[in-house]
Amino acid sequence: MAALIRNGRIENDSWRLLSADIEVRLLDVSAHPDLIVPLVLWQRRREELLGRGGRLGLRLGPDDGLEIIANDVAHFVVIAVDFPSFTDGRGYSTARLLRERHGFKGELRAIGDVLRDQLLYLQRCGFDSFTLRDDQDPVAALDAFKELAVRYQGDALDPRPLFRRRLAAGVA
Amino acid sequence: MYIYDDIDQRLVQERVAQFRDQTRRFLAGALGEDEFRPLRLQNGLYIQRFAPMLRIAIPYGLLSSRQLRKLAHIVRTFDRGYGHFSTRQNLQLNWPRLQDVPDILAELAEVQMHAIQTSGNCVRNITTDHFAGVARDEIVDSFVWCELIRQWSTFHPEFAYLPRKFKIAVNGAQADRAATFLHDIGVHALRNDAGETCFRVIVGGGMGRTPIIGHAIREFLPWRHLLTYLDAILRVYNRYGRRDNKYKARIKILVKQLGPEEFARHVEAEWSHHADGPATLMEEEVRRIEARFTRPAHPALAAFDAGYEAKRATEPAFAAWVKRNIHPHKVTGYVAVTLSLKKTGVPPGDATAGQMDAVADLAERYSFGELRVSHEQNLILADVAQRDLHALWREARELGLATPNIGLLTNIIACPGGDFCSLANAKSIPVAEAIQQRFDDLDYQHDIGELDLNISGCMNSCGHHHVGHIGILGVDKNGEEWYQITIGGNQGLTRTGLTPPGLTSAGSAAAVGKVIGPSFARADVPEVIERLIGAYLVKRESEVERFVDCVGRIGIEPFKEAVYGSLDQKRTHRERQLAAA
Repeated sequence: MAALIRNGRIENDSWRLLSADIEVRLLDVSAHPDLIVPLVLWQRRREELLGRGGRLGLRLGPDDGLEIIANDVAHFVVIAVDFPSFTDGRGYSTARLLRERHGFKGELRAIGDVLRDQLLYLQRCGFDSFTLRDDQDPVAALDAFKELAVRYQGDALDPRPLFRRRLAAGVA
Repeated sequence: MYIYDDIDQRLVQERVAQFRDQTRRFLAGALGEDEFRPLRLQNGLYIQRFAPMLRIAIPYGLLSSRQLRKLAHIVRTFDRGYGHFSTRQNLQLNWPRLQDVPDILAELAEVQMHAIQTSGNCVRNITTDHFAGVARDEIVDSFVWCELIRQWSTFHPEFAYLPRKFKIAVNGAQADRAATFLHDIGVHALRNDAGETCFRVIVGGGMGRTPIIGHAIREFLPWRHLLTYLDAILRVYNRYGRRDNKYKARIKILVKQLGPEEFARHVEAEWSHHADGPATLMEEEVRRIEARFTRPAHPALAAFDAGYEAKRATEPAFAAWVKRNIHPHKVTGYVAVTLSLKKTGVPPGDATAGQMDAVADLAERYSFGELRVSHEQNLILADVAQRDLHALWREARELGLATPNIGLLTNIIACPGGDFCSLANAKSIPVAEAIQQRFDDLDYQHDIGELDLNISGCMNSCGHHHVGHIGILGVDKNGEEWYQITIGGNQGLTRTGLTPPGLTSAGSAAAVGKVIGPSFARADVPEVIERLIGAYLVKRESEVERFVDCVGRIGIEPFKEAVYGSLDQKRTHRERQLAAA
């Protein structure tokens, strides 16, 4: 069972994550209270999903155009961004856009090929939860967030680059 | 020299600790080969033909004597006593042991150095004009802007897993000595009518398998917006660059596919959200970075030094060296000196630990303790008093670093090639040596004049063969090493005065060389070069017309003719080659 790290802790996961290639028409969306649905399901059965009880999450693949859901983000408690391979860096931009441009305040979850050694940059891009790949040790992975404290650039956690933080702190 | 503050220092130390742990986990089997690969690459570590290869960052090519001594110590302690200065102004070690790399990085951190992002699909070392800060045609001191970009790119969380590697070059002078039209992004300083610093932003240039001259997508970008504009370009590339085929993953392919205008529209649309945002540069920050650079305090000197002039008049060997290896300086009485790493018989760009220590001493005694690595793989003492030149020359000659060949045929750029690199199709170093031997006569070289000859051992073109006036590319034919020759390539306007300063990308002098015909066996390469040169000497209008200008004027046909003979002979040649292959 893949471990979930959320807000810096190992937590239990109540969400059911639907596969990206799920059969859209046949699915019974009322079966599970907390449901993360792929973009295609959201697009085709939007009203039904909004009308059912329970919490709703969205699953985004790397090819899914973000602009389509730009006005919808408030409907989602969680957005899960899929990393088909940990070397596919598109999800980093997706996360920053969701946080910084589209104002998504909910849980932003990295799913797929999510490994310990990418957690720090993922967090800086706005992810606050991580479903680790099965083989990853979640306890050891918690150390990854502390490895590099120096941050020259602004990021999703603090938009100010170091030079603005430095000035604000009154350090020459 | 940029001097680290506490934060810069902490960053490199944190990185050493992080990589030490990653290496430990890899060696313990807790981290797989595939998972470790991008981590080691972003610390400069390749797995090579014989051993790992470690690429140490020399940000924008600038080094202090103290740092060079540390590099000498490292190659002596952890390697085989020599290193290779690369076309990205970095230093490569060919024989380190994987388990030693964390210790090497710790040693580097002691002298404010690292190997961060020297490889991998991320923003690489920023390169620039090796005469930055001293050139007479300077618009801005590009080192300051390079350092700002270095900090912006270091551990940029969004751009560590790009579709492919990403190379940025900055030029701050009238002439373009940084090949800005051949980078993923080239940044060229300009001044607007109000005298403010602005940048021309060029994207989508590059060499490799698909050589393309970059396109200027923005003119007169105010300096405050430099970093936000880079963010916008990188984000467009990160989101839309191809990831299905590594040979089509560079930004140049995306720019080509969309067209430069459409690509520029994407960038401008993205940038509209960043403009004037928090990453907008501030005057205070530019001044702070500027102030962290130490500058030589040049004692005032006269323009004319009688001793120097007398030596130059009476010692032809010294005069020849002065003619080729000296570049004018903006401060009266000083010059920039190129120490050639292109002595015949030594792999281009290689230096021994002993030479590194000795050059560190020379830099300390003659050039304020600083030096530069050029993308042409030479070392440069940028602030030498004219009156010291003769003494410096004598010492450099003893060290084998005074070959008077800068800008000439034997100043060959070459990658390490098949002798070291696992990617190479063919060897580069023996080809360079054979050509250097063939053209060993200096008078003949001087008569031939300015000529860039570049050699790459494979299509990755680390030896920049596409932009050599003469380019040589190693190709594999049925397991045998062959060499394809191109002519007419050009890295750009390396000298001032050739074209008016306000030129646009359309007026870029950068050009990709054209293939002259079927490739050759290694043994035939020097003869082919000889024939190309022979044709040039006959056809040139005057001594002022360089080889590359001559190719530009008359085209490649006369050169093909000279190499392959008449059509009949050409056919025979091809048949002979096919038979041999």
